[in-house]
Amino acid sequence: MKEKVEQKLRATFGDAIISVDEFKGQVSVEVSRGRIAEVCRLLKEDPELSFNYLSDLCGADMLNFEDLSARKAYLAIEHDLRPDQLPPSERFVVVYQLTSLKNKERLRLKVKVDGENPSCPSVTDIFPSANWCEREAFDMFGIEFDGHPDLRRMYMPEEYEYHPLRKDFPLMGVPGSIPLPRK
Amino acid sequence: MPEEKENISQILKALEDRDTNVVLEDPLENYMVLNMGPQHPATHGVLRLLVKLDGETVVDCIPELGYLHRGYEKIAEASTYMEFIPHTDRLDYISPIANNVAFALAVEKVAGVEAPPRAQYIRVIGAELARISSHLMAIGAMAMDVGAITVFLWAFREREKLYDVFDLLTGVRFTTSYTRIGGVAQDLTDETKQAIKKFIDEFPKNLEDISKMLNRNRIFLDRTVGVGVIDAQSALDIGFSGPNLRACGVDFDLRTFSPYLVYDQLSFNVITAKDGDCFSRYMVRMTEMLESAKIVEQALNKIPNGPTKADLPKKVLPEKERVYTKMEELIHDFVIVNDGVSPAPGDVYVATEGSKGELGFYIISDGSGHPWRLKIRSPSFCSLQALPILLKGQMISDVVAIIGSIDPIMGEADK
Repeated sequence: MKEKVEQKLRATFGDAIISVDEFKGQVSVEVSRGRIAEVCRLLKEDPELSFNYLSDLCGADMLNFEDLSARKAYLAIEHDLRPDQLPPSERFVVVYQLTSLKNKERLRLKVKVDGENPSCPSVTDIFPSANWCEREAFDMFGIEFDGHPDLRRMYMPEEYEYHPLRKDFPLMGVPGSIPLPRK
Repeated sequence: MPEEKENISQILKALEDRDTNVVLEDPLENYMVLNMGPQHPATHGVLRLLVKLDGETVVDCIPELGYLHRGYEKIAEASTYMEFIPHTDRLDYISPIANNVAFALAVEKVAGVEAPPRAQYIRVIGAELARISSHLMAIGAMAMDVGAITVFLWAFREREKLYDVFDLLTGVRFTTSYTRIGGVAQDLTDETKQAIKKFIDEFPKNLEDISKMLNRNRIFLDRTVGVGVIDAQSALDIGFSGPNLRACGVDFDLRTFSPYLVYDQLSFNVITAKDGDCFSRYMVRMTEMLESAKIVEQALNKIPNGPTKADLPKKVLPEKERVYTKMEELIHDFVIVNDGVSPAPGDVYVATEGSKGELGFYIISDGSGHPWRLKIRSPSFCSLQALPILLKGQMISDVVAIIGSIDPIMGEADK
């Protein structure tokens, strides 16, 4: 499966396919940010591959993923929220879990997204189920999905300022960030 | 059109100001916006719907989620894999064992642990009993939403028996936290086995009673047949899974799609229906419960003897009595509880057939005892996304039947 997918994708997209990895028998393909929608469309519409079901879409914050001491700091109950910290150029990852019902296979796509003004093309017109998942990723990480029809917050209140699943957001939250209901 | 917009904003403002007297130029010419939930008995928790009505017909609907958002994905990042198991109970709280099993499988996949055969059989038994419990709840609640209260009581009578079984199996009735990384918390005793056998023997007859109440019931049929129809392609596109998707005729069942545990050694049918309406979803659930009962029966007959935890002292918690009496086990227990299972860096996505659909956990491991990122792919979240499609053009009174038929659990949808 891995070879077939790699060959097809590389033939069409060339350098936009950054890497193809296998871990514990699961294949993930890293795609450059601009081409993700086209890659999804090809994987869905190719009759041989037919990855026609998007199981899941999620974001992840890889801030200081390599740095053990920083990682430990995020686990502390309260740590300072420091938005001025340097956002690395490839801070976020958006992960797509595709499923092919025909071939009984799964494939994972990954897109690295910039830390400053994170944005990523939306795949809602290819997989409508991405709609709420993208809203959730926007809510939790602040990743803007270009071309999304209704990019509102999924869980948090609309006027909430922060993106809670970012690693620099403290575990116990920011005091006073959610106003109490009016009397 | 601008006039209509103005009316809507006027209504919304009135709602915000708690003003009960809105005077519009011509009230009959307008759409009405109805707020349903989050505190509504038929929304199965804290689902909020904004329904736009033309008379009694639903024109559009916006579901609002987040009233039960507890931030489990953030909590997971600060707890060890073991510590997160009790939180999985509270996702789909109608079938907690199924969630425990799904999470344990995901962690085992990334950590390279495999549970021994006896534990795998026990997990299958637990997960299938949880499926029966969940489907009973779905059917009972849906029937009650369309007016058949007796069915709800009968379904709860069966669930009560199941809770007694869970009590024997796990030691707890509701929030089971039954699995451990590499096995299950306690063994299946002969007494439990007898209790499960007794339940499984009586269950088909009791289910028959429920189906006699509903399957040819004129009122129930009028309320469900042809209501909330979705075709197979739209269902796939919008992310339906589990019984909801199978009711549209797609035989997508993860137990056969990518067999996990010991499902490949058990024989069962994947139940599908054709119409994709509320009645099909009801029928799929009814028939699936019988299949689950069959699976449990086979698993009880086939279950081998042996340990219930993998023999991997560095990753799997030792038995409690050994912790208290042996030095080595005490050290391992201490290390595992404090530092946790530390899988190699990498990421896996493991999905199981939960009772509501594809329940998946995506774990990014950084090599420490905590997941770097844990994403819960909850089936209810994806099913709820289809509500605007299902509701469009239906009557206001069918809204409750449709919500009941897709069986959402807000604990899972809101995480």
